[in-house]
Amino acid sequence: MPTKNCAWLRPIFFACLSLVVALPAAAQQQPPIRIGQTLSLTGPFAQTGLAHQIASEIFVERLNKSGGLLGRQVEYVVLDDQSKPDISRTLYEKLVTADKVDLILGPYGTAAILAAMTVAQRYHKVFVENTLGQPGLATYEWHFSATIGGADSTSTLPGKVLDAFNSTPHPPQNVLIVSSKFPSAQDMAHGMQRAADARNLKVLGFLEYEAGTRDYGTIAARIKDANPDFMFVACLGVEGSQILEALNKIGYKPTRHFYLYPSGLMAADPLADHATSYSGFEDVAPYTSTKEGGEFAAEYNARALKAGLPYPHVDSQAGNEYSGWQILVAGVKATNSLDDGKIAAWLDKNSVETIEGKRDFSGRSHTSASDTQQLKQAQNGKWVAIWPPEARTPGASLIAP
Amino acid sequence: MPSLSLLEQSLITGVLTGGLYGLLALGLSMSWGLLRLVNLGHFAIALLGAYITWWLGTAYGVAPWLAGAIIVVAFFIYGVALHWVFMRFAVTEMASMLITFALAVIVESTLQFIWTADFRRYETPWGSESWIVGSLYVPKLNLMAFLVACLLAGGTWAWLRYTYVGRALRACAEDAPIAIAYGINHRRLSFILSGLCAAYAGVAGVFIALVATLAPSQIWSWVGVVFAVVIIGRLGNPVGALAGGILIGVCEALTMAVINPSWAALVSFSVLIALLLFKPRWV
Repeated sequence: MPTKNCAWLRPIFFACLSLVVALPAAAQQQPPIRIGQTLSLTGPFAQTGLAHQIASEIFVERLNKSGGLLGRQVEYVVLDDQSKPDISRTLYEKLVTADKVDLILGPYGTAAILAAMTVAQRYHKVFVENTLGQPGLATYEWHFSATIGGADSTSTLPGKVLDAFNSTPHPPQNVLIVSSKFPSAQDMAHGMQRAADARNLKVLGFLEYEAGTRDYGTIAARIKDANPDFMFVACLGVEGSQILEALNKIGYKPTRHFYLYPSGLMAADPLADHATSYSGFEDVAPYTSTKEGGEFAAEYNARALKAGLPYPHVDSQAGNEYSGWQILVAGVKATNSLDDGKIAAWLDKNSVETIEGKRDFSGRSHTSASDTQQLKQAQNGKWVAIWPPEARTPGASLIAP
Repeated sequence: MPSLSLLEQSLITGVLTGGLYGLLALGLSMSWGLLRLVNLGHFAIALLGAYITWWLGTAYGVAPWLAGAIIVVAFFIYGVALHWVFMRFAVTEMASMLITFALAVIVESTLQFIWTADFRRYETPWGSESWIVGSLYVPKLNLMAFLVACLLAGGTWAWLRYTYVGRALRACAEDAPIAIAYGINHRRLSFILSGLCAAYAGVAGVFIALVATLAPSQIWSWVGVVFAVVIIGRLGNPVGALAGGILIGVCEALTMAVINPSWAALVSFSVLIALLLFKPRWV
């Protein structure tokens, strides 16, 4: 009986077999998706920049462990902008043109963000940032903000602060505003003045100082002389602690006080007990109550301690950075694409769930429509959530003697 | 209208801050006035002294006064070595400004490399203590810095005025060739003075560590105001440097108290311009 000669099938069989074997391996060997960013790893904002870097690294590691993005691993490319906006701009040029990253994330700080945004605009890159203090200045249509203050926090945050203190048994009758001349701080200080005027709260004074002031002795003397019921300090970094130290030297302790952008370390300063500030994510419940929030906080704290950060606890800066990553990755996953235009178009019409709450981009300049900032207070060496009442850390309340 | 107690407290703050300005200005004034070298590196060296004080204190528990003694000796040697380089290459007044500016940039980068750009604070148990006089508070450390500034300024003035070395130095600054013709060893004396100027920067650094927050970039935050102090106090005049410092410090503090703290930055150069325009006898 003649047999059928199927020899011609053999090459096809082996070709199919090799495809089946090789395809997954090829997928594994696909180059990683490269996402680039600059951060202030040296210079005056280095401490905050390091917090952002740790948050980014944790996010990328978690993402890669869970299978990566679009079936590919993610490589995080971070460059040091030395806390200088002009260097940030140059490095974003490098990221896009020389390093050829697939996507970018915004740097830390208003000035650096605005500088980097011009590069993103030139190369049509979707631009998600998380610390822009003046959202109104962001005119690029593919800019998306992960900040929690909404489009006009200079109006909404002072209102929240006054609401919180007015809810206490002894609401303040007057306020003294102290402000750095740093633009976003100054804007917020003027917002507080408007809020105080609208509530008939007497403004005892509006003291402005230059960023980099060497001696706060006389500013402290003016604060003591005014003896305000409530002191609103629109400061950055260690300035708040320096003011408190100068006040301590002349024997004055403010009773109700708010600091705009203090270093996390402030909570550990005994002089800062009962100081308040804005909050988006801290190392306490309710922020750490979710699975992702709790795991992120625990991992962040361990790494911050190892890195020698003076305040080794997760805070709003780290939370903002993590949220920024969540937004960008949500856009990629939803569009199944690395196309900046598609991602921007999707983000424009959708909202993203982050560890700091839901973000939509329906506000001015693609900020969230509402201000979801909360308030925290330094109590026993640690920040605790105190406002709004429904989001308080269990057992905590606003202490305002 | 500011209260009397506010004005009094501001006056105290201004005088004490002025003492620190004077302390920083002392070495620069001497170097510029008597050696004809504009040492922009003076600010960098002072901050280096501050960092060393902080580092020795926090890492090894070395007391500030002991750290100060080590720094003064080390910086004196550095000052002598720097002057040897200047003399070896016959550096002019203008060239000295450029060279020492580069030196300051190198020191800033080195500080940042070793201790990063993070803010550093030397916490001491007595750091925030004050003496209370009536309703006024006098911070102890700031007062100590002021007293040391007075001591150094007065001592240096007396040394220049009443000792052979001092008179010889002034003679060299006035007319070096004639002074040399009279047998003055200008070279050896200038080494001593350069060493002293660097040592003064070290002393200022110790107090900067104790009363201020440290960051490498703060080298530049002192330059404008201390230059104004040096010129107001007259070059090579130690008591003038202290007086200029107090004048600027008080003007700044009163401006902060009466107008607004943000106006203080304008004060030093406004006072300088006013004094140069109206030229009182001492300028």
